[in-house]
Amino acid sequence: MASWPESPKYISHATTRVDGAPKASGRARYASDIQADGWLYGMILRSKWPAAKITEVNLDKALGIPGIKAAVKARDGEFTVRFYGEEIAAVAGTTKQACLDALRAIEVKAEPQDKFVVNENEARKDDAPQVWAGRPNASPGRPRERGNVDQAFSECAAVIEGFYTTPVQIHNPMETHGNTASWTEEGLTVWASTQGISSVRDGLAGALQLEHSKVRVSTEFMGGGFGSKLGAGVEGVLAARLSQAAKAPVRLMLTRFDNALAVGNRPSSFQKIKMGALADGTLHAFDAENYGTAGIGAGADAGGGGGGADIPMPYLYRVPNTRVKQSAVAVNAGSSRAFRAPGNPPASFGMESAMDDLAVKLAMDPLEFRLKNDPNDVRQREYKIGAEKFGWKEKYRKPGSSPGVVKTGIGCAGAAWPAGGPSRSTQGEAQINPDGSVEFRLGVQDIGTGTKTVIAVVAAEMLGLKPEQITVKVGDTNFPPGPGSGGSTTCASVSPTVYDICTKALQQLQTQTGIADARGENWFAACKKLGVNPLVVHGSWIEGLSTRPAYGVQFAEVEVDTETGLVTVERVVAVHDCGLIIDTLTLESQINGGVIMGMGYALYEERVMDDLSGVMLNPNFETYKLPGIADVPEIEVVLLNMPERGVIGIGEPATVPTAAAIANAVANAIGVRVGSLPITPAKVLAALGKVPKSVAQT
Amino acid sequence: MKKSEPEKLGAHSRRTFLKTLGTTAVTAVAARTDAVAAELEKVNAEKVIGPGAVPVTLKVNGQKLKLQLEPRVTLLDALRNYSSLTGAKEGCDRAACGACTVLLDGAPIYACQKLAIEAQAHEIITVEGLADGDKLSSVQQAFVDKDALQCGYCTPGFIMSVTALLKHNPHPTADEVKHACAGNLCRCGTHPHILQAVFQAAGVKTTSKTEVLHG
Repeated sequence: MASWPESPKYISHATTRVDGAPKASGRARYASDIQADGWLYGMILRSKWPAAKITEVNLDKALGIPGIKAAVKARDGEFTVRFYGEEIAAVAGTTKQACLDALRAIEVKAEPQDKFVVNENEARKDDAPQVWAGRPNASPGRPRERGNVDQAFSECAAVIEGFYTTPVQIHNPMETHGNTASWTEEGLTVWASTQGISSVRDGLAGALQLEHSKVRVSTEFMGGGFGSKLGAGVEGVLAARLSQAAKAPVRLMLTRFDNALAVGNRPSSFQKIKMGALADGTLHAFDAENYGTAGIGAGADAGGGGGGADIPMPYLYRVPNTRVKQSAVAVNAGSSRAFRAPGNPPASFGMESAMDDLAVKLAMDPLEFRLKNDPNDVRQREYKIGAEKFGWKEKYRKPGSSPGVVKTGIGCAGAAWPAGGPSRSTQGEAQINPDGSVEFRLGVQDIGTGTKTVIAVVAAEMLGLKPEQITVKVGDTNFPPGPGSGGSTTCASVSPTVYDICTKALQQLQTQTGIADARGENWFAACKKLGVNPLVVHGSWIEGLSTRPAYGVQFAEVEVDTETGLVTVERVVAVHDCGLIIDTLTLESQINGGVIMGMGYALYEERVMDDLSGVMLNPNFETYKLPGIADVPEIEVVLLNMPERGVIGIGEPATVPTAAAIANAVANAIGVRVGSLPITPAKVLAALGKVPKSVAQT
Repeated sequence: MKKSEPEKLGAHSRRTFLKTLGTTAVTAVAARTDAVAAELEKVNAEKVIGPGAVPVTLKVNGQKLKLQLEPRVTLLDALRNYSSLTGAKEGCDRAACGACTVLLDGAPIYACQKLAIEAQAHEIITVEGLADGDKLSSVQQAFVDKDALQCGYCTPGFIMSVTALLKHNPHPTADEVKHACAGNLCRCGTHPHILQAVFQAAGVKTTSKTEVLHG
């Protein structure tokens, strides 16, 4: 059985990102930077109605605008649009300005429906307008029950009932979705801002009825995705069709507004939780009902990445008597997609809030209550390490007992990410040249997590070279296939694959050159002996070097100004495991990023829909607030290196418990629960009884 | 860059501000609508250009860039789409994300909010103009060393904001760095490393608080 080197030189150490310099110098070419010969701009006309029948789309006038080379309809014939922002048509032209003019010149005849619904609480009602005609908006939901819940509650020493809600969160990667598509007689080449080059190729080939071999997708650099960029997308298909019509490459990047409306989001959750524990603090009964909206769909076009409204309940804990009922509610808004740890951050917020509320009722320290009930050994260990570093014992005070106007509070929460394991079909190859240079080629993509660096570190370790001596090429469907970057799978997929390539390369070098060990100082001599032809070695994922899942716990300290309601996160201690660590530096970046995204979820982020117009009110960065550098707390990361477990992905678990830990810290500070994310000043003041509850409604 | 430039810049920005004010707030406040309108008409009559493409010369990274642009083309568009300078990124096109930050006479601006025709006769520096050949600037190198980038899309904007900060304030406090970067958004959440990178570029040693526990 394969095993990782015992005393690695690069693995589990800090290696700077191999593509740091191109990114910092502006040389890196993202999908939105591609300037193919004779390229045209592409733009999409979107529905201004939340629900309408589109009876006619006339492109003639748009095609008459100087500079416009092509215009296509999103769909033929009459069709229905179900949300504000749904695609109607697209144009391509020589300048952005010509395209803007052309969008205004497209004539759309529509029968707007005056009945639509964008609010999940309204949409659940029996008489609500139906998003999909003939189908109730809310799925009935199948209750599942274990044990005898009703009887179990009567046996509990303490029972709480809470209502915990989370908003629709928008991915908002810094680079919007989009592609440059070039469709010639030879086939279709697409430079895509994607997390999944293979799924984009397959999606485009399917939609355009092309052979897979005729579609090539290239993603050398891309500006973030967080789950939303796994599929080809309507915009990808439209870019290709425009290119075909215009006989020129078309760069179609979405606007920031388009991006907020139409390419995915995290579903909301409305969790009614009743939970009870025995006198000794053992969880005994759990009864929950949850609903949320995935917009018009449930993770449609997520490239298999999930993104539905259901969440894992009762999440991390084993409660012997459990009843859960969940329902997905359709509304007239853009469909959800997979979003960094789908289902888990809302599940963590609901369950971990309930845990703290029940701990209060039991008069138990919430950390002790977790240690009593958390069935996982790794998290048990992480809680103890984190508590020590955080100073939990010294800091913990009874809820609301912090003196003064600005109150401090602390909270903690745990994570689990059941995926994070490998894609077993991952393949790759290396070309070893007689001059000793070596290039690794894998059909994966680096979405900012450091995949290229992981490949370089593992290859350098195995070949006895330095990471900077390894050339890494990813992001091309002409390379041997790898998985999409979703589910935190990439690291656990590529690391064993590179291991396998290297093992085979060393064997091959031995056979061809007679040098027993081509590693390190023998490398160049061995390569020279190859003669004229480079050695190309193919490898694939192998057993024994990777696993799943990952866990993790986080502790948060907050200040709450009880006069303004403002919450400031002062400090987060994040304790995480991901098996064998490949690169501590990029790993630290990912955990920081997970915490910061979780903080946005806790305090700032929320899609706001207007019930009357059906329009999203904050599809931009002015009104949809992301955490900025001044909001970011002191983040202390503790990494558990567990080589015996093999490699595990970390991108997702790092963002799971943050919002829950912050929410618990707020409750600890002010002595009352704000059960609704984001925890805005208005909600804090409402919870304190300083403003009417209606003020805090959104 | 000369030390006196920031002040000069301040004066420039102030003039621009007052000029803009002349067409908006003053109009309303002073209620001398007719007089102002007449004045504006006169000024505009002399200066009408476009709507078709007009010659525009930009001075970018020390080089002259001669372009034919419609007057409504922004500086960001001109750089990214009419030249090969795609280092400045488009994240929002409405002055909210800072990915398009460039230096205009040394001051960081949102290139998406400046018309290319207005940027003529100014010194523009983009992220491509910082490195000396393959040798990165100290700020760029610090971003690489501290891993102050993940997907890297916001990175050029942050680097320009930080470069401008360190030019006029070589030893900033953490609060000053946060203030200087307040107009730049990062969705990957790289901020703690950005802070460390700025300190490295300013010659201050920082130590990572990350702890790795083995076994």
